[in-house]
Amino acid sequence: MSTETHVDIEQLRRRQPRFQGLESGHRACLGCGEALAARLVLESAGPNVMIANATGCLEVFSTAWPESAWRVPWVHSLFENAAAVAAGMEAALKHQGQSAKVLAFAGDGGTFDIGFQAVSGMLERGHNVLFVCFDNEAYMNTGIQRSGSTPHAAVTTTSPAGRERMGKRHLKKDIVSIIAAHHVPYAATATVAYPSDLRKKVRRAIDVDGPSFLHVHSPCPLGWGHDSEKSIAVSRLAVETGLFPIIELERGELTGAMPIRHPKPVTEYLKLQNRFRHLFADDPRAREELEHLQALADYNIEVYGLLGDGPDPLDTSGIDKVYRGGAKWA
Amino acid sequence: MVEALEGSQALARAVVLCRPGVVAAYPITPQTHIVENISKLVADGVAKLELVSVESEFSAASVAMGAAAAGSRAYTASASQGILLMAEVLFNIAGLRIPLVMHCANRAIGAPLNIWNDQSDSMAVRDAGWIQIYCADNQEAIDSTVQAYRIAERTELPVMVCVDGFTLTHTLEPLEMPSQEQVDGYLPSYRYARSLNVRHPISQGTLVGPDVFPEARHSHHQALLNSIAEIESANADWAAVSGRDGGGLLTVEGDPDAEIGILAIGSTIGTLAEAMDEYPDRPRVRLIKLRVYRPFPINALREACRGLRKLAVIERAFSAGMGGIVGTEVRASVPGVEVYNYAIGLGGRDIPLGIYPRILDAMETGDTGFRILDVDLSKLPEEDR
Ligand SMILES: Cc1ncc(C[n+]2csc(CCOP(=O)(O)OP(=O)(O)O)c2C)c(N)n1
Ligand code: SF4
Ligand SMILES: [Mg+2]
Repeated sequence: MSTETHVDIEQLRRRQPRFQGLESGHRACLGCGEALAARLVLESAGPNVMIANATGCLEVFSTAWPESAWRVPWVHSLFENAAAVAAGMEAALKHQGQSAKVLAFAGDGGTFDIGFQAVSGMLERGHNVLFVCFDNEAYMNTGIQRSGSTPHAAVTTTSPAGRERMGKRHLKKDIVSIIAAHHVPYAATATVAYPSDLRKKVRRAIDVDGPSFLHVHSPCPLGWGHDSEKSIAVSRLAVETGLFPIIELERGELTGAMPIRHPKPVTEYLKLQNRFRHLFADDPRAREELEHLQALADYNIEVYGLLGDGPDPLDTSGIDKVYRGGAKWA
Repeated sequence: MVEALEGSQALARAVVLCRPGVVAAYPITPQTHIVENISKLVADGVAKLELVSVESEFSAASVAMGAAAAGSRAYTASASQGILLMAEVLFNIAGLRIPLVMHCANRAIGAPLNIWNDQSDSMAVRDAGWIQIYCADNQEAIDSTVQAYRIAERTELPVMVCVDGFTLTHTLEPLEMPSQEQVDGYLPSYRYARSLNVRHPISQGTLVGPDVFPEARHSHHQALLNSIAEIESANADWAAVSGRDGGGLLTVEGDPDAEIGILAIGSTIGTLAEAMDEYPDRPRVRLIKLRVYRPFPINALREACRGLRKLAVIERAFSAGMGGIVGTEVRASVPGVEVYNYAIGLGGRDIPLGIYPRILDAMETGDTGFRILDVDLSKLPEEDR
């Protein structure tokens, strides 16, 4: 038996079962949740799409000229206008009678904060655009500054911990509720820890004739301070603790929630990440913040009915399922 | 066919004659009537285009940019605060070399809040990398709009057609609208080599490092300089189609042999031309109408200034803390000519015919320092004069 192996990359590529819209070879950090999420989104979106990408890590690591990792038409204009550029592309395709779906990609900064107005306008006008927010909970491209999406008490370079502060003082903006309040046909949250759920939601969103929104929890090993190989585990724990509920909303109504039978304490999630390390100090303020974060998770579990009361309370792996109508009504 | 039309109405019709696929805009005085008129043409089924009524000028420019990148002829328009709000997008559009056309209905910038005409807005974005055309009258504005699309699409440079707010946009006058056949014969359907297309995926707007960035900038600069020929031929060809010649880069009026000249841009030129007839006992000057400000037509300007001793540059904007904008550039371009530089008509201050002798008198003083010529210092406290 020969030990020599000859790998024909091209042939392997051709045999790939799924469409690769974002190729390997880009410059994302090892274990980058955003890179994984974008690849997964395009795998199920397929080749008949065009992307308007906001400034941010995803744009920068994928397109250092003259190289590009994108295999679908892709344009980057600015940080805050991905939704508007996408709207213009959609209007043009409509005028030309073309069928390609337009996607807008942005980080949490480009969605929650500086790009929010354009997102809201695009949704309100009903453009046939799928907006995907790759949420790594800070401005990573510029070196980990706090955003409207940074969780309460997390440390970033502009929300450091110190004698007077325990990290970010404000709450993470509830973006998906705000989006849902536009009564768009479809809005959902997802994470890289549950790829089949993410893919399903992309297909759903693509099939919508109108605005749709996907909010994808995308761990950033560099900014969150966790091991690169732990990205999936971290993202899974965000769900299992109730800190990042996986939900679907149609025309503003909650229609699906991923149940988490046995919620884990938030400390399981927090302790893996350096951005929360200060919360494990022997300090009453730290304990108070931990309680606060646990209360936020409990609140999510309560309002979205995440505990579920189905027949199989031992089935912890069942969290990769979405029950139509939400676990509350399952 | 000659019709009595309001400037904005005529511009709306000119835009629609160019068959854009997507129009995106946000209202601001004095641009509003243009977009309202386009909206009505869409509502009446005359214009078959996607009208995107956005939530801001930032999105207006972004939507137009996305549409042009995705393969449709696109249009937007704004003024004043709106131009500043879209400034970041304007630079981006030019840097991406997207062939877009927009109108700037020139208006002052606040504070203090002022809705009337001057050219501080388009001047503030003169370095954005767009071609800028300043129109002396509404007929020229109509004709320049049609030409702008041809120039933009041939050069892959965006074109801003500047029309003085109110003075032009809100004035009713007899105007000759081109026919659809004339425009169709002159302007081929939209073609953009780097259109986004799912069958030929490309990436646009990538990250460019120090190793190629200066080259990217150089090619943009060069493209603007090279567009001079395209602007001239666009004007000449349209003159052949329409029988009207609005002037290519610049035109010389008045007495072409005079040793004293006045250079102006936009609608001021009409006032000055009329004033020369109104004051027959004052010398007639060489009147230079600068139509194209970016690219700066330095050779044409030198030619037009040949034999001039003194030149007054009249503008409706200035750079606070420095002085005139156009004047500074003209001064640097025509060594040997004594250049006087005045701002007038800021924030819509009326420019009466009497401005002509005032300019001539000011040039008599020999003081070439920049001044706001029509300022009334008596309205200011002593320490601000
Ligand atoms: C108008 C403007 N302000 C600031 C910046 C600098 N900037 C570039 S990317 C970025 C943060 C991006 O954060 P996010 O959208 O969360 O994407 P991420 O890099 O985290 O994926 C900032 C602040 C910019 N490019 N444009
Ligand atoms: S900093 Fe974070 S988001 Fe950016 S490439 Fe690295 S892991 Fe990905
Ligand atoms: Mg981010």
